[in-house]
Amino acid sequence: MNEYILKNARIIDPGRNIDCKGDIGVDAEGRFAEPAALKAPKSVDLSGKVLSPGFIDIHVHLRHPGNTLAETIATGTAAAAAGGFTSIVAMPNTKPAADTVGAIELLHRLTAREAVVRVLPCGCMTVGSAGEEMAPIGSLKSAGVVALSDDGKCVQDHALMRHIVEYAKAFGLPILDHCEEAKLSEGGVMHEGKWSVLLGMNGIPAAAEEIIIARNIIFARKINWKIHMQHVSTKGSVRMLRAARAEGVPVTGEATPHHLTLTDECIKKFDTNYKMNPPLRSEEDRLALIEGVSDDTITVIATDHAPHTRTAKMVEFDYAPCGIIGLETAFPLCFTELVKKEVISLPRLIKKMTVGPAEVIGIDNYSMAPGNAADFTVIDPEAEYVIDKETFKSKSRNTPFDGRKVSGRVVMTAVGGKIVHQA
Amino acid sequence: MQWTRKDLLSLYDLSGDEITYILDTAEEFKKVSERRVKKVPALRGKTVVNFFVEPSTRTRVSFELAEQRLSADIVNMQAQASSLLKGETLLDTVKNIEALQVDLVVMRHSAPGAQAFIARNLSCGVVNAGDGAHSHPTQALMDIFTIREKKGRIAGLNVTIVGDIIHSRVARSNIWGLLKLGANVTVAGPATMVPREFESIGVRTCTNLAEALEGADVVNMLRIQRERQTAGFFPSTGEYAKFFGLNHDRMKYLKPDALVMHPGPINRDIELTGDIADGPNSVILEQVTNGLAIRMAVLYLVGCVKK
Repeated sequence: MNEYILKNARIIDPGRNIDCKGDIGVDAEGRFAEPAALKAPKSVDLSGKVLSPGFIDIHVHLRHPGNTLAETIATGTAAAAAGGFTSIVAMPNTKPAADTVGAIELLHRLTAREAVVRVLPCGCMTVGSAGEEMAPIGSLKSAGVVALSDDGKCVQDHALMRHIVEYAKAFGLPILDHCEEAKLSEGGVMHEGKWSVLLGMNGIPAAAEEIIIARNIIFARKINWKIHMQHVSTKGSVRMLRAARAEGVPVTGEATPHHLTLTDECIKKFDTNYKMNPPLRSEEDRLALIEGVSDDTITVIATDHAPHTRTAKMVEFDYAPCGIIGLETAFPLCFTELVKKEVISLPRLIKKMTVGPAEVIGIDNYSMAPGNAADFTVIDPEAEYVIDKETFKSKSRNTPFDGRKVSGRVVMTAVGGKIVHQA
Repeated sequence: MQWTRKDLLSLYDLSGDEITYILDTAEEFKKVSERRVKKVPALRGKTVVNFFVEPSTRTRVSFELAEQRLSADIVNMQAQASSLLKGETLLDTVKNIEALQVDLVVMRHSAPGAQAFIARNLSCGVVNAGDGAHSHPTQALMDIFTIREKKGRIAGLNVTIVGDIIHSRVARSNIWGLLKLGANVTVAGPATMVPREFESIGVRTCTNLAEALEGADVVNMLRIQRERQTAGFFPSTGEYAKFFGLNHDRMKYLKPDALVMHPGPINRDIELTGDIADGPNSVILEQVTNGLAIRMAVLYLVGCVKK
């Protein structure tokens, strides 16, 4: 490929504590390079733009194999590229589930054929994510998984969970846990609180999440191994996570853009694009989550990108599947709601979309240091626009953010120096 | 006032004036059922489909009679006989009904918001005959109609609703309707079934029945589902009756002329003793009679709205 220089951008590289105006080169091998080391580079003028390492999303459902009407590796990774993500962790709750070496090999093959960004496989913790028998964790590691998760479900058997954490530690695999006590959440379709009471809907209490967060903190401390709490949604969860991290327990947590921006009140119109799990919580929970983002209790922004067909979502609220797509709206939503509203600075937001997730899955070559693969994202911080779901690269349209006014646009994404998205 | 809604989905959506307008209209229709010829041509030439995705006897019969007395053409559909069992979506089923040039769909469904969802996607009118624990507007309207008929007003009355509040669409609809018309509403029952969150909209919550009944003008005793006991909400129906049932001893807390209501079907000697159900304060059967008038009024208003 041709060498080029990215010129005049505001370079924000939180992994190296860099925030300055400057130029960065990309060499013929698709790696970052000192501009002076390049022979006859083209230049790309990025005046007024922000240059960031490519975003990493450690929580994406690609639906491939199993539900390719909703998303494929091709469309899901195109959506990732459009959202500025250059690496995504594929949740294993495909059909069949990614609980065998064969399933991971299939994912590698599909990825090689049609992915435009890096797809990092995640394996199941238990066979079929059924919560009963340990998945072949060592073999999954050999096949290339970067983490383990039963996302969408939660291991209810605490003795089994303890063994999984112990066993996974020996293979160096972090646990990404969907924290939900199933008996407490059984039958629930939205957050248990004022709005579930007013609407007569079955609630999912905050306690369903918090009990498992507490369990995981106990195991992470005892076993001294990394447990990452997926989509943290309640005030109590944030409080426990904060205390545990202050003590040095190896736990981390992620927040989704939707839990940071929406609340349970949105459900009063019975629009199934507000149905997700964990559910949209109360305003008090939302504010606690924002506080957690602000004080670094929450170090990761992750989307929980969960595509569903229009048919699947055009049903009674009780019967609709949970989840919304998020890859193409994550950055503008967070930039608008967190940076513009001065909760955190742009470098800190970028940190939660690069350094934070990279630390969870243990990768250290994501910065824009010379020699690293040239995965980068260019942002126009001045852009203001209205989200239009019809422009999405994702195969699905299940978003509650259609028509929302936002700031900050991803204008270019490159993986290994190759431009995979340009707006 | 001019009625402008094609659907009746929940009393939360309505203004106090709209609720009063329905009550006033029902007063006129109540006279129809008292005549020798119990029929008016208000909906002649209109077709109403009664679509009960959740089974019902009393509400369906009441709607059917109301429709007949308005001279509407009627089709009854039940979920068991419908295409829902063949995998068709609810929306496709009702779109097919609408394609037959139907004017109104009266629907009951176990999922909250199901009627709101289809009403958004249909041009014909939709009347909610109960959606899960969310809303049952015609039941609340007939309860409120009965209160107004007996007491002459709603504003300032103390109304206590007792029982399984958390699972009750009747409670929710009564709460919204009564609040909008200015009543003081108390909900009471076992702590597991009386969510404190109702206080956020100005409802008093209570777990001691004596306290809840003190000075009440109206008490509405909700039906208790026996399956709630096995789900762990209360220990036994015997204990329920002992602490939360209305009996002779507890009548003393009410105002002497208080109304005793029940949306039916009654579990005699559980929610209230048989002698109270049949006693002088009871207006339980009048609620049923008034239900017909309310349903005639609602069907007439939404069925004749200019689209």
